[in-house]
Amino acid sequence: MKGFATWGAMALMLAVMTGCGEKASTDKAADKTAPGGLTIGFSQIGSESGWRAAETKLARSEAEKRGITLKVSDAQQQQANQIKAVRSFIAQGVDAILLAPVISSGWDEVLGEAKAANIPVVLLDRLIDTADPSLYLSSVTSDTVEEGRVAGRWLAEKLAGRDCRVVELQGTIGASLVANRKKGFEEGIAGPGNIQIVRTQSGDFTRAKGKEVMEGFIKAEAPGSICAVYAHNDDMMIGAIQAMKEAGLKPGSDILAVSIDGVPDIFKAMADGDANATVELTPNMAGPAYDMLTAYKKDGTVPPKWVQTPSTLYLPDTAAAEYERRKDLY
Amino acid sequence: MNTPAWFAAARSRLLLLAIVLLANVLVAPGFLEVRLVDGRLFGGIIDILNRGAPVMLLAVGMAPVIATRGIDLSVGAVMAIAGAVAAATVNAGHAWPVAILAALGTGLACGLWNGVLVTIFRMQPIVATLILMVAGRGIAQMITQGRVLTFTDAGLAGVSSASLLGLPLPVLLALAAAIGTGLLVRGTALGLFIESVGTSPRAARLAGVPAPALLIGVYVWSGLMAALAGLIATADIRGADANNAGLWLELDAILAVVIGGTSLYGGRFSIGLSVLGALILQGMRTCILRSGLPPELNLLLMAVVVALVLVVQSPACGPVLARMTARLTRRGTA
Repeated sequence: MKGFATWGAMALMLAVMTGCGEKASTDKAADKTAPGGLTIGFSQIGSESGWRAAETKLARSEAEKRGITLKVSDAQQQQANQIKAVRSFIAQGVDAILLAPVISSGWDEVLGEAKAANIPVVLLDRLIDTADPSLYLSSVTSDTVEEGRVAGRWLAEKLAGRDCRVVELQGTIGASLVANRKKGFEEGIAGPGNIQIVRTQSGDFTRAKGKEVMEGFIKAEAPGSICAVYAHNDDMMIGAIQAMKEAGLKPGSDILAVSIDGVPDIFKAMADGDANATVELTPNMAGPAYDMLTAYKKDGTVPPKWVQTPSTLYLPDTAAAEYERRKDLY
Repeated sequence: MNTPAWFAAARSRLLLLAIVLLANVLVAPGFLEVRLVDGRLFGGIIDILNRGAPVMLLAVGMAPVIATRGIDLSVGAVMAIAGAVAAATVNAGHAWPVAILAALGTGLACGLWNGVLVTIFRMQPIVATLILMVAGRGIAQMITQGRVLTFTDAGLAGVSSASLLGLPLPVLLALAAAIGTGLLVRGTALGLFIESVGTSPRAARLAGVPAPALLIGVYVWSGLMAALAGLIATADIRGADANNAGLWLELDAILAVVIGGTSLYGGRFSIGLSVLGALILQGMRTCILRSGLPPELNLLLMAVVVALVLVVQSPACGPVLARMTARLTRRGTA
């Protein structure tokens, strides 16, 4: 009996281990050769969020549209895996490499190897720290200050000069993204001084913390005195919407709700009248990268070092259609 | 049961809880107000009980494990797995009771896995449960495919939003688990057996205590409590968030148990005091979140207060505090 349990446990453990091993390998299904087109390697961080899964999906579909052969490698959040993937892309002699770096430092050596092999590298959605910017051709990221600014400007226009006490749900403290989205929003609402941020607290980018912090805001402020919520991401807003509903408030009308990212669930909330606006962080980072690489390979057009993706504002009128468009992407 | 002895041990924690509640009143003057809204009690104290319910449950499971000189680092990950299983089950079209049973069953299986590694393979508990702590979140992510798996099933959402006698269901579940477990271990010799395994497994075995079965049992119980906490966390946001559900809560649970006076060297534990520890932690968190201080200070404040609490409870300060609280209570009753 004891021996059986031992072997059973060992077998289970082995199953778990091999299960983990499988995911780390390069995606072979995507290796279709399109004659004449470019072959591009994409070292992706992982699939830790719906947004990142959408980024990978769009990288595939945008490549197919352009006749580009894409090889995707999932690094499972490990820089070592990304370095391995870049080296393997160099060895395979790809035409270009897309890199979504998991951390910002430690890329000089492997990017130097790519440069020596004359393979251009484009950074996607995050930047790296390096003393030598010639290690990469270009970068495609969103302008996170602009995202906050768009959200702030929307609120200022919506209020048209009325006084408003805003509560802010910040992301995880210490992330540059958080400082930028905060700064941008403050710039967006600046002006006559009718809009004031009265409380700000971190909701760690999660639904659960967003809900807990919003619950606290509602209790700490006098009833009816909060006029709007600004959340650094949609997930915290979805939590905050639940907190408002449970406190007997109507999010979207009693309290205006504006957040950033454009995940499918916030479009659903907007369609239901629970949220008022979101600023999209587009997952289509690869599309612009393909266009610049195609031009660069064709006639040597050197792209700018930083290409910003648009920060588009979405409102409830298009929410239902946008939800349908996105729900299978994320 | 010796009531005065129990009260002596609880006294310093109750005093701490009172201080924490007082701090809450200072940052939000309406804190102690409790109103009835739609048949559900609504107020600061209820929030602390409600938000503290998951860590209370984890502490109820963790205290017996620590009493055997073990530790369960996997409870946060088990919360994530149980939540993911529940959400995936209702989304596959099954009824919510099936989803709840599936989640609890998953918790049992996770606990059994830990128990087998510790008992049969004789792994160090910290290493054995570390395996599931790391792998578990991966398993949960595989189930949710990296997304927040939302659901609309009102039955499953009810685990968090339903209420009975005005109290939110999570509070009742946590209190029921604490009282049930407390009666089970102190109403019978079970608690003594668990402590004897922690003091000396060999002596316990020679004295006829079924040590292996007990060891597996405490890990299974911890897994079950974690699954229940995971159900509450998932129902709370109507979605399974594999990346964040229960993240770092294993540390909160251990801290709650330690504030409750349970020694990490095993051989001594108290369910009631561990639950008080969880409430003290949640009270501090609520106070910091509502204080209006810059969020950059959150972690620092929490660390300073926890350090103070532990110093006050240390053997060096214990007798002084006991004398002080004894004098206070004497004056109070006189």
